[in-house]
Amino acid sequence: MHEETVYDALDSAHGGEGQWAFGTGFDEPLAGVDTTVPDGIDPADLGEYCLMLGDDALVLAQRLTEWMTAARELEEEVAFGNTALDLLGQARLLLARAGSVGVLGRSRERATPSIPDEDALAYFRDPDEFRCTALVAAPGGDFGQTMVRLLAASTLRLAVFTRLRDSRDPVLAAIAAKGVHELTYHRDHAARWVLRLGDGTPESHRRAQAGVDAVWPLLADVFSATDVERRLVAAGVAVDPAATRSEVTAVLTQVLGQATLRVPEWPADVPPRGRVGEHSPDLTALLATLQGLARQHPAATW
Amino acid sequence: MSDLTAEGGHGAVPTGPEVPVEPGAATTRRDWPLYEVFVRGKRGLNHVHVGSLHAPDEEMAVHAARDLYTRRNEGVSIWVVRAADITASSPDEKDPMFTPSGDKVYRHPTFYEIPENVPHM
Repeated sequence: MHEETVYDALDSAHGGEGQWAFGTGFDEPLAGVDTTVPDGIDPADLGEYCLMLGDDALVLAQRLTEWMTAARELEEEVAFGNTALDLLGQARLLLARAGSVGVLGRSRERATPSIPDEDALAYFRDPDEFRCTALVAAPGGDFGQTMVRLLAASTLRLAVFTRLRDSRDPVLAAIAAKGVHELTYHRDHAARWVLRLGDGTPESHRRAQAGVDAVWPLLADVFSATDVERRLVAAGVAVDPAATRSEVTAVLTQVLGQATLRVPEWPADVPPRGRVGEHSPDLTALLATLQGLARQHPAATW
Repeated sequence: MSDLTAEGGHGAVPTGPEVPVEPGAATTRRDWPLYEVFVRGKRGLNHVHVGSLHAPDEEMAVHAARDLYTRRNEGVSIWVVRAADITASSPDEKDPMFTPSGDKVYRHPTFYEIPENVPHM
């Protein structure tokens, strides 16, 4: 078979189904998995919850990806890339799970039929349809702030995923079981860096403390459950974020103490914001980068 | 005449006053010591040298090795060691070190029959 361009050849090598905006040769993430929703679980709630967890992973992956070509050390750049890829894998599974129960928001109005659900959700939802928290959506800042945020976000996510392994939704439980290993490493890696920066030079200490002070206000709504989460907690599907509070604060307090960093006052709880679609313009800017290509060339192949 | 600094897997790097070095740019890199990385694969019995990397200390070197050298599921165990802590034979001594063994075929185990129940031979 003769191909017009090298891109045609690449596409042909992957069965002619390549979507260039998101690469070629991927399998459906939930292929072969029984996606039946167990009795007593509202599929709409389940899908919405998957968007919350999936968007946290997708958006934090994008924030970490911003370090590509910008990290001062090659070794650490690869570490950021690996962490982002782990989170992207979690996002794919969770967005595909949301799509499997029909929660697609308005994305299907824009995405052409050949685009899989996970990609429709990632690339064709507007900011108000995203369900991530400000903890992951806020700009990353310098290396110190990036590591403090990664420590806080992975500590919180690990606490949720550890409990989510017992979810009544078997798909969610399996996604959580896989994610726990990844998140354990992310938390460990971030903690080691926070220790070294906080207990390092005066300059690294100053920057790490500034990172802590910038990240702490973002914790105001991470322990607040939405109505969706409350219903799913009652149904044995979801984890109440408030149930993770003591573990999360204990871990963060311990790491910061060892790093000789001051633990700021914990912010007072506020009702959920990001989880119900209320975001700062930072997320709009992030999504413009994340989605621009796929939206300008929907379903273009290479 | 430049000093030659052997930096492990990176080979000999000429340094010295007459070698132009961009001020500042190289200092961060030089602050972080070089580590040699050894990985034992799933079926491997020994740790095998896979490359080198820079890291601020031993613990972070293990993390960096995990991220650089085992991301395609290559390994189950990692060793790192500071390149500076390795004592190596000198290329100048190559002949006295290694040629004497070249013609001692009787040192090879080819004259023995290996019992079938001896593993890993």
